[in-house]
Amino acid sequence: MNDRGSRRDRLLSRLVQAAFVIGLLALWYLATTRWGVSHLLLPNPLLVWREFVDVLSSGEFLPDLAVTLGELAIAFLISSFSGVTVGYLISRSQYLIRVFEPLLAGIYSIPIILFLPLYVLLLGLGPASKIALGGTISFFPIVLSTIAGFGYVERIYITAARSMGATYYQLFRYVLLPAALPVILSGLRMGFTVALLSILGSETLASLAGLGHRIVHLAESMDMARMFAYIVFAVAIAALLNTVVSALEARGKRR
Amino acid sequence: MTANNIAVKIRNVSHQFGEKGDRHHVQALQQTSLDIARGELLCLIGPSGCGKSTLLNIIGGLVKPTSGTVEIGNTVVDGPLPQEIAFVFQENALFPWNTVLENVMLGLMFQGVPRAERMARAQKSLAAVGLADFMHHYPGQLSGGMRQRAALARALSLQTNILLMDEPFGALDEQTRMILGEDLSVLLARSGKTIVFVTHSLGEAVFLADRVAVFSARPGTIKDVIAVDEPHPRKPEFVTTDKFTTLRNKLYTLLHDEIRRAAAEAGERPTAADIAT
Repeated sequence: MNDRGSRRDRLLSRLVQAAFVIGLLALWYLATTRWGVSHLLLPNPLLVWREFVDVLSSGEFLPDLAVTLGELAIAFLISSFSGVTVGYLISRSQYLIRVFEPLLAGIYSIPIILFLPLYVLLLGLGPASKIALGGTISFFPIVLSTIAGFGYVERIYITAARSMGATYYQLFRYVLLPAALPVILSGLRMGFTVALLSILGSETLASLAGLGHRIVHLAESMDMARMFAYIVFAVAIAALLNTVVSALEARGKRR
Repeated sequence: MTANNIAVKIRNVSHQFGEKGDRHHVQALQQTSLDIARGELLCLIGPSGCGKSTLLNIIGGLVKPTSGTVEIGNTVVDGPLPQEIAFVFQENALFPWNTVLENVMLGLMFQGVPRAERMARAQKSLAAVGLADFMHHYPGQLSGGMRQRAALARALSLQTNILLMDEPFGALDEQTRMILGEDLSVLLARSGKTIVFVTHSLGEAVFLADRVAVFSARPGTIKDVIAVDEPHPRKPEFVTTDKFTTLRNKLYTLLHDEIRRAAAEAGERPTAADIAT
């Protein structure tokens, strides 16, 4: 009975969520057809849908998507490798943790997007500056969670393993790593999300290609319906990637 | 006690945390010497902070003493000896990300037991502590008493001659503690292991031990050693005998002054919990 009750609750909240989205779309539609909101600011949703279908079926999005995803992949690869390595090395010493953890947390809290002009000056308008920015921003949650994961393993686990004769490799593989993994995975997911956000964002500010670049280009040529179609596309891609990453994280944490 | 009947030889062991004059300086152990016979169960009992757990860790090679030596057989302890010594800790030292069976098998792997033997040995020792039906549970799914049984199984599977137990039942309730104590007495009577058992509980000490070493307040050293002359395995009725009561009262008298002294030094009044019965 309890189970049925909770299922009904879930169903009800799904219905409310769906009604909310449908209501928003209805408002959007009414705003463009009845209330006379300028089509330059807000195009008709049906028109946006047609443009969206066209973007998908023509395959026009492919080069821009490839640029954005390529930047994301390289940035995330760099930040996850360097973040986990540096975090592990720092976590090996209480002294290094005391010195570097507050320092890194401090840097993490400033808006690193402010470095974009510098990166563009140094690396140009191409993918390199986006990779550098995405890599820099996502490095921090990853390194911080790696320090937290490896640095605060319960001492008793280490003592117990040592008393049973564990070698250093065994201690790492069977004690430190499984103890730290859930925290590191959370950091990797956060790093991935901020890398995607900062890369899309920086493409809209200064770039030669990519989804963000395409959206700004369409806005500047007043092609609003198509611009909205690209925004919908970018949102869908981001949602899809985040779902995949969250699922991978949940799988890694399951035991 | 003849020379080759000695399993653990403790000689003038002192230990301090921090340097003299430091704010955190603590003289935990002072000039402690003791011989532990092969196959005996020795309980260490004393006021909080008297260094009994520290001594246990020094015997097991987990802590290096500031001065003095511990010898196992003819070797001076200088680090963990997984082939000779197994530990059961007070806290839950099972790895929560592994099942009970995996925990025991991991211990065997750390110790260097060939892969082919691990499964059978792990299952056997889990059956011995009564956890055959819970091998595939995770520690978080077990009660505190069952977790300590699993920790005991992990230590037993290592088949060491010496077992060091640091208040293994300290976090358990009185009833669970009593049952585990009785089971432990049966289990260990057959094993012939040398066991050093740290406890706060006078009753537990008398019930389990062949000898009880009473520690003085900090800086701790062994004040007296009381023999409990009663064959193993001990029957539950042992606790109702005059012999048991007399021994427990003797321990109480020995300990009481030390607990007072320890409390006065710490600037607190002793509470009833400091003298567990």
